[in-house]
Amino acid sequence: MQEYLIIIISAVLINNIVLSQFLGICPFLGVSKKLSSSLGMGGAVSFVLVLSGAITWLVRHYILVPFDIGYMQTVAFILIIASLVQFVEMVMRKFTPPLYKALGIYLPLITTNCAVLGVAIINIQKDFSFGRAMVHSLSHAAGFTLALVLMSGIRERMEDADIPESMQGTPIALLIAALMSISFLGFSGLI
Amino acid sequence: MFVAVISLAVMGALFGIILGIAGKKFAVENDPRVDKIIEIMPGANCGACGLAGCAVFAEAVVAGEVNPKLCTPGGAGLYEKIAAIMGTDAESYEERKVARLLCQGGVEQCRVLFDYKGVEDCHLALASFKGPKSCNYGCVRMGNCSRACPFGAIQMGADGLPVVDCYICTGCNKCVVECPQQTLKLIGVSHSVVVHCLNSDKGKDARLICSTACIKCKICEKNCPENAVHVEDFGSGTLAVIDYEKCTDCGICAAKCPTRAIQKNDSISEAVLLKIGKPKDEEPACQSCGLCKTV
Repeated sequence: MQEYLIIIISAVLINNIVLSQFLGICPFLGVSKKLSSSLGMGGAVSFVLVLSGAITWLVRHYILVPFDIGYMQTVAFILIIASLVQFVEMVMRKFTPPLYKALGIYLPLITTNCAVLGVAIINIQKDFSFGRAMVHSLSHAAGFTLALVLMSGIRERMEDADIPESMQGTPIALLIAALMSISFLGFSGLI
Repeated sequence: MFVAVISLAVMGALFGIILGIAGKKFAVENDPRVDKIIEIMPGANCGACGLAGCAVFAEAVVAGEVNPKLCTPGGAGLYEKIAAIMGTDAESYEERKVARLLCQGGVEQCRVLFDYKGVEDCHLALASFKGPKSCNYGCVRMGNCSRACPFGAIQMGADGLPVVDCYICTGCNKCVVECPQQTLKLIGVSHSVVVHCLNSDKGKDARLICSTACIKCKICEKNCPENAVHVEDFGSGTLAVIDYEKCTDCGICAAKCPTRAIQKNDSISEAVLLKIGKPKDEEPACQSCGLCKTV
């Protein structure tokens, strides 16, 4: 039990996928202008991340390892993630049209979100059991959503702030991201 | 090596089959009108309409949530095509508007009170004794609108007045907001007859200041067959005003106006003809979608 707790705290706060491992920066900066859209993006990425974490673990342990073709891992994982995103898009479009509309273009963009591939590979690198890999994926998904929501909260307030013209937009967003990353460094003594 | 190739091929085929079956099983029936509209749209996904791309826009149009006029790059030609697909009347969509100058007081027409040597800015010129021109209503001739126009559609003419190129003007409203005298106004391109005067002083006073001012003679009002022109009371004075709901663009008032304050500009009606039914590849390169400003 304690081990699971350590995995959760480590993945959400200490090794936050965005702010400490710098994966998935694109949606972190691109979809963090509004709180509502960042929540939607966080939800979609979480869904794909957990599902792909499960399938990649199964493929790794029941196909790649027995056939001794571990070096094909990256290609196989990308194939899985891309198909999964397509599949999720189809299912969502059929059964939850409002959610599909709300996510819009962000949904297919998850295919190229390196956080998804990153977490799948970390699962394998750390040699987790299936249960631990699932908890690990879930916590990283929560960490991603947390970073996105925090960023969008700050950026929504930035709208009213008096920022010098040359710093408006992306420059100030990158500065905020850097400061958030530094502050998340403070969690490193937690475990 | 063969194992790797075969296993990856099998996986690829498996995912392909699953996606293929899912695609059939979870197929969502689209309104055929949506696909038709997507086909004729510019397809730049520029976001000028405020929606996330052309496909979303097409769906919203079919659902009746947005007005097709919101697609700026598509222009009037697109409204007509969308109207044909939707089975509605194209005239129910708002027409293209261009900025018009409601003043003809150039260097020759309107008396100058003093020689202004300050900064070339309409607001600053107005701050010194209400501007160098004797008319306190019209254009200050310092060219703020020309500088404000993001498309370069407004050039300062030889008589000191700005000239709007109705082919380039996108009706973005920037100049209208910038003008301190409200001498620029967006008017639909189907209306070529415009009262080019804002002076509401008494007829004699206006005539003394400017040779092309509205002198409130009411000849336009008497001659209009549609009862569309009226010399209206503005509190400070009166002025001829055209009601564009009634105006049929016949131009009788413009022909009868003794000071030529009312003018019929035929190049505007040409702009209408050119904008509608013009092939897509002959459109100007800038479609005024605003994308360049956001990227």
